[in-house]
Amino acid sequence: MEAATNGQTVGPARVRFYQTGTFTVGNRLLDVSVQSVQSDPRRNNSLNSGHRACQGCGEALGARYALDAAMRATKNRIVVANATGCLEVFSTPYPESSWRVPWLHSLFGNAPAVATGIAAALKVKGKDDVRVVAQGGDGGTVDIGFGCLSGMFERNDDVLYICYDNEAYMNTGVQRSSATPAGAKTNTTPGVGEEPGNVFGQGKSVPLIAMAHGIPYVATASVADLRDLEYKVQKAMGLHGARYIHVHVPCPLGWGSAPSDTIRVARLAIESGLFPVFEAEWGEVTGRRRIRDLVPAQAYLEAQGRFRHLFGKHPDTRRIAWIQDIANRNIRRFGLLDEGVQS
Amino acid sequence: MKKPFAITLDVGSSLANKTGSWRTERPMYVDRLPPCNASCPSGENIQRWLFLAEEGDYEGAWREIMVNNPLPAIMGRVCYHPCEGGCNRAQLDHPVGIHAVERFLGDEAIRRGWRVEVGSPPTGKRVLIVGAGPSGLSCAYHLARMGHGVTILEAGPMAGGMMRFAIPKYRLPREIVDAEIQRIVEMGVEIRLNQKVTDLEATRREGGYDAVFLAVGAHIAKRAYLPAGDATKILDALSLLREAERGEQVLLGRRVLIYGGGNTALDAARSAKRLGAAETIVVYRRTRERMPAHDEEVREALDEGVMFRWLTTIKGEQGGSFQVEKMALDGEGRPQPTGEFDTIEADALVLALGQDVDLSFLGSVPGLAVEDGVVRVGRDMMTGCRGVFAGGDMVPAERTVTVAVGHGKKAARNIDAFLSDTTYTAPEKHELATFDRINTWYYADAPRTMQVTLERARRESTFEEVVQGLEESNALFEARRCLSCGNCFECDNCFGVCPDNAISKLGRHNRYGINYDYCKGCGLCAAECPCGAIRMEPEST
Repeated sequence: MEAATNGQTVGPARVRFYQTGTFTVGNRLLDVSVQSVQSDPRRNNSLNSGHRACQGCGEALGARYALDAAMRATKNRIVVANATGCLEVFSTPYPESSWRVPWLHSLFGNAPAVATGIAAALKVKGKDDVRVVAQGGDGGTVDIGFGCLSGMFERNDDVLYICYDNEAYMNTGVQRSSATPAGAKTNTTPGVGEEPGNVFGQGKSVPLIAMAHGIPYVATASVADLRDLEYKVQKAMGLHGARYIHVHVPCPLGWGSAPSDTIRVARLAIESGLFPVFEAEWGEVTGRRRIRDLVPAQAYLEAQGRFRHLFGKHPDTRRIAWIQDIANRNIRRFGLLDEGVQS
Repeated sequence: MKKPFAITLDVGSSLANKTGSWRTERPMYVDRLPPCNASCPSGENIQRWLFLAEEGDYEGAWREIMVNNPLPAIMGRVCYHPCEGGCNRAQLDHPVGIHAVERFLGDEAIRRGWRVEVGSPPTGKRVLIVGAGPSGLSCAYHLARMGHGVTILEAGPMAGGMMRFAIPKYRLPREIVDAEIQRIVEMGVEIRLNQKVTDLEATRREGGYDAVFLAVGAHIAKRAYLPAGDATKILDALSLLREAERGEQVLLGRRVLIYGGGNTALDAARSAKRLGAAETIVVYRRTRERMPAHDEEVREALDEGVMFRWLTTIKGEQGGSFQVEKMALDGEGRPQPTGEFDTIEADALVLALGQDVDLSFLGSVPGLAVEDGVVRVGRDMMTGCRGVFAGGDMVPAERTVTVAVGHGKKAARNIDAFLSDTTYTAPEKHELATFDRINTWYYADAPRTMQVTLERARRESTFEEVVQGLEESNALFEARRCLSCGNCFECDNCFGVCPDNAISKLGRHNRYGINYDYCKGCGLCAAECPCGAIRMEPEST
């Protein structure tokens, strides 16, 4: 919560003793200089109204949060490369565009490579004030674009890659990706049979893989914590080299949650420990967002239709306990309940 | 126009796509009634003045209180703050210390000399108010603001009524009372002291008043027959408090019994301590839980060493020794005699058995009805006699300063309507802002600020104020603990969480607007509103 004793701040500036602290988007009692980007009436609205995302779309929200912060951090000097996926489809049905940033789309799997090319071109042209952001969903990032992404990391190309993780291929009708959590129902992992839902023990953590490349900055963030997300984007834009931010964005359609519950569900993921929020520099974890109000994993699962097969008349207590074990491991591994950690 | 290869349409913005047509529910900004406001007998808009106070706009906050209650510095001290009993924050940590902030604002107003201007041109109407207690003063203040001429006739030598003669100094310093009354006088209200009204009809006729508000209070002490000798001093609590107020020497002796269980009994007990009694014992026929006195007063009395004898009645006295009987509560919680007797030695007995209203001056008022010793009034505070209104302790209600102030305001509004031959209709109340509408996630943990109390030694011997006020810094902190239940406090959450940018900020204190061209009706704004100020309503088809 406060500046660490070693003089390093370990998170966004938080203000104590105000009605709502900095949990809300804005706070009329705070000085403008410490207000969030999203509370600014002149924010960029990088993703404009009229986009065709579903009601309560977490990805649309996350993309605006992140790009508005990147725009402010660079004084509106960014170019964005976008992978195929929901984000691309709902924002740019020909001939409309919702983007208020220089934006280009190529293929599902090559956004990191396209971004690398843009960065190289800007370097050749001597435009060192223009920065490059690449973005995609979990499918384009952790599966299809993974080779390009790893290449971009190992070459330490000057790109911030943002993954909006809604944990499956939503655009094509909710198919499993390697970011789909254990036990979740998708159309390729139905919630029936001996082993309902996504198989336990599969999948991968791309933030940890990104850290293994030893790049300057890796962070996870969530639409449920705006201040933390903005802080991380701003920090990433202040660095050069390959940077990666992985943002948790609930999908009401694919997760079977109420559109009005998007932020609540994302918050329960953090507060249960199932989505650890942390940051790492040069491969070392340097900060984590402390759990403020610990909840059992079950509270998160129950808010979503994709885990419904675990409940009902005969709850699947075994699988619920396994998922709780995953949460417990995250809490232990990242120190999500440690004292003295920012919350 | 020459287009690039394979491009046949002009590039356009997605603003052409009005996603509002998807909507099945629409968000609407609402104001709900915060529980503090709902439980305030004076009808203060507490949430609103805390909103202003938390910005540091103390004068604005004070003026917001003054819309409904002309006595904030008094109220912040003596009101039993039912608002805090209703406060939703109690379910999170502790209720907001509303009374302490109100007191800070009231004191600030006195310190800085803030005044209230008469808002309306003179109407030429004249209203007589009988009694310069809280109810009469409140009514006078509101009538004066509406432009009416007001004369208060007060039987006593000083204005303030029971605030001066029943509430001890250590709870309410007199300079506070004087300052708040003076402010009302400066608005043009005439207060004539030592003017006991003996024949209301005659006074009304002679003065040519267009309407009358009766607020004489209840200050005749109820008596109980006790067989007693001459050796022991027996007096009633109101005389004790009145004598203490006038600074007269009250000889009580070493050990004093107080008989009764209301707030007046405790005021008398605590005053007796300060007047030199070594031991004061409150004798009450029921239990602490069933005592009408407010818990805070009981606690402060206990702190000061006042002793209690629960479930006990006094039967009689002989030679400085009181015979008492033990009581037991029956199934319905009523005390019943047990036949077990005991004696308590004491030098004086103070009776605090409640008060009656002196109604003798109302003898000839036509239509005015009296029931159970109090004057019957309608919902508009009017008695059975046209143009004669009544409020405060002399009408059926809880007898507190705050209720009296509320009566004064209500009566003033109805008198104002009466004077212009209309009827006053209160605006419709908003739906209650219940705790389940609060999104508690957004509120930072912040425990209540404690008010410093005077140390016990000084409390036992002097009439200095017991409970101290807040400093500006902690008053501000306390104000900022308000959850703003059911009323937008401009936190920008709706503006931030809308995935469709359909909400715009309209500037400071102007809240937000919704662009229904793009709002898809997802309901995120309503779900993430901390205070429950957005309602989702089904779209009409």
